[in-house]
Amino acid sequence: MAGIVVIAEALNGTLNEVSLELLSKGRELATSLGQPLIAVLAGEGLDALAPPLQSADRVVLLDDPALGKFTPDAHEQAIAAVIAPMEPRLVMIGNTTAGMDLAAGLAARLHWPLAAYCTGVRMEASDLIGVAQLYGGKLFAEVELGSQSVIISVIPGSFPAVAPGGTGVIERAAVPAGKSRTRFKELIALEAADVDIKKAQALVSVGRGIGGPENLDIVQDLARAIGAEVAASRPVVDSGWLPKARQVGKSGLTVKPKLYFAVGISGAPEHLQGMKDAEFIVAVNTDAAAPIFEVAHLGIVADALEFVPALTERVRAGA
Amino acid sequence: MNLLVPLKLVPDLVEELTLNEAGTDLDRDALIYKLNEFDDQALEEALVLKETTGATVTAIALDAPEIDQVLFTALAKGADRAVKVTGDFEPGIDNHTAAQVLAGAVRGQQVDLVLCGVQAPDDLDGQLGVLLAGALGWPHVSVVSGIEPDSAAGVVRCHQEYAGGSMALLETELPAVLGVQAARQPPRYAAVSTIRKVMKEKQLEEVAATPGEVVASKLQVRRLFKPESRAHARMLEGDVTRQVEDLVAALNERGVLKVGV
Ligand SMILES: Cc1cc2nc3c(=O)[nH]c(=O)nc-3n(C[C@H](O)[C@H](O)[C@H](O)COP(=O)(O)OP(=O)(O)OC[C@H]3O[C@@H](n4cnc5c(N)ncnc54)[C@H](O)[C@@H]3O)c2cc1C
Ligand SMILES: Nc1ncnc2c1ncn2[C@@H]1O[C@H](COP(=O)(O)O)[C@@H](O)[C@H]1O
Repeated sequence: MAGIVVIAEALNGTLNEVSLELLSKGRELATSLGQPLIAVLAGEGLDALAPPLQSADRVVLLDDPALGKFTPDAHEQAIAAVIAPMEPRLVMIGNTTAGMDLAAGLAARLHWPLAAYCTGVRMEASDLIGVAQLYGGKLFAEVELGSQSVIISVIPGSFPAVAPGGTGVIERAAVPAGKSRTRFKELIALEAADVDIKKAQALVSVGRGIGGPENLDIVQDLARAIGAEVAASRPVVDSGWLPKARQVGKSGLTVKPKLYFAVGISGAPEHLQGMKDAEFIVAVNTDAAAPIFEVAHLGIVADALEFVPALTERVRAGA
Repeated sequence: MNLLVPLKLVPDLVEELTLNEAGTDLDRDALIYKLNEFDDQALEEALVLKETTGATVTAIALDAPEIDQVLFTALAKGADRAVKVTGDFEPGIDNHTAAQVLAGAVRGQQVDLVLCGVQAPDDLDGQLGVLLAGALGWPHVSVVSGIEPDSAAGVVRCHQEYAGGSMALLETELPAVLGVQAARQPPRYAAVSTIRKVMKEKQLEEVAATPGEVVASKLQVRRLFKPESRAHARMLEGDVTRQVEDLVAALNERGVLKVGV
């Protein structure tokens, strides 16, 4: 059993940054194990997407019209067929929305164990140890990954990205003729919105802790007072309180404003993924143990319904 | 069209999570549990599909303390049947084991489509829905919304969400397992009085877990620990007035706010 495999991701023709993050960690592990690092990429028309992955020793392309669009069934069949005979020590997959299907789907098909939501992985003597983020980011688990082939799914942003490029060998693997029971029909773009929160210098972002749509006013007032736009966590959007175009996170937008003011947001990994690189993060939450305080610069344990109006008033009075 | 919705209780994350003495698991006696929020979304989507297409909705859960309440609540919300899989399940049972037990129960039912919550806060060994699909040999799609079964064509169409807010329309052959991200409307509530009434009038169906070869996750948790981040926020102390003053000062200092001090 040998080799570290990185499953690279290129949905819609662009390489996902997480692929380069996995390659940097993969190189570290491969070096300490004295084993090869192998990148596997499935898709269609992959010529231009392979070179950035060449920091791996081998770049194995599964290039086929049947893989042009992501469907879990087709991609799992093709990837399983190519990695099973490799018997790798470790397979790393980004915990993206597609990665959630792939990681558990491959684990089920290959009967290899899976540690999901990893933020770290290391060698300790000859043992592989994973660190996984659980319970909405409130706890981490240190996990012995065993000595068989094992899969981990890694939360994007956990490792620095490796510089694209290198001298690895690019190979094309045969794609087994299988029938996908899932078919891609069409891509549906995010509906156009009146605001682009990615361009905003400051965001006041509201979570479920605000209680209900009747309390949105206080957040909008604060945003107006400090010249910010209003953003939101996913449940606020799912509840219909604010439009999807204002959603920050894994299944929403990634933002890097100068100021990100999180109001009643717990800081689940899927939310942090969209805002943790903001320049300055302020969080208000009634729960002192909320994971948002792990990434915030300034933290305030308070009832948002009390704190936010008080802040707005102070800003207005002082301006 | 028979829809099956697996339900699971998970620790309420708003509460303090304390560890057992060995530090390898939660102190399960001290926990407050609630229905996994994504399971609630899956149930809601199933109930909407019942209303719009006449589908039959069966809620299913592995036996656990307080699980009867969860299943009766599902009945009160409109599920047609509620099935409790009985067996000797450890608290904090891993998803590999749960998926294989559920797969055994699914084989004994008429099921066209399983709607699982896309994830749970304790999915260390992978999401239940995908593992269940693997155990059944069925196709699966995760991070799904907008589910439209078409029983005549033997398929289900759904949206799979991507980063950035775009999504794919996918079509999957039935039977299948979907990991539901969000229902098309917020999950409904059942009044306590309705739940009480249902508890008097209806019964949970019980099926025993089929003994079979269960392959657990093979992961060994060494320890659980709270975030040990170097970069924890500087916390502003004092009452709200004091916190507001300190925040304004800090924002002014960083130049992200211009407020007279
Ligand atoms: C595949 C996938 C993709 C996802 N994508 C996203 C995404 O793009 N964006 C996203 O945000 N989530 C996403 N999620 C959901 C994510 O897992 C969390 O469920 C979500 O981020 C929680 O939102 P929240 O913090 O608003 O709510 P909660 O986690 O419920 O937190 C509410 C917080 O408010 C606090 N609070 C309560 N009352 C008050 C008060 N009066 N004053 C102050 N604070 C208070 C509570 O202490 C708590 O910390 C995704 C999940 C999955 C599975
Ligand atoms: N006052 C509140 N109103 C609404 N939601 C809240 C409130 N306080 C906390 N929440 C969050 O809302 C989530 C949903 O709670 P529940 O209604 O119990 O499912 C919880 O996880 C809390 O974090």
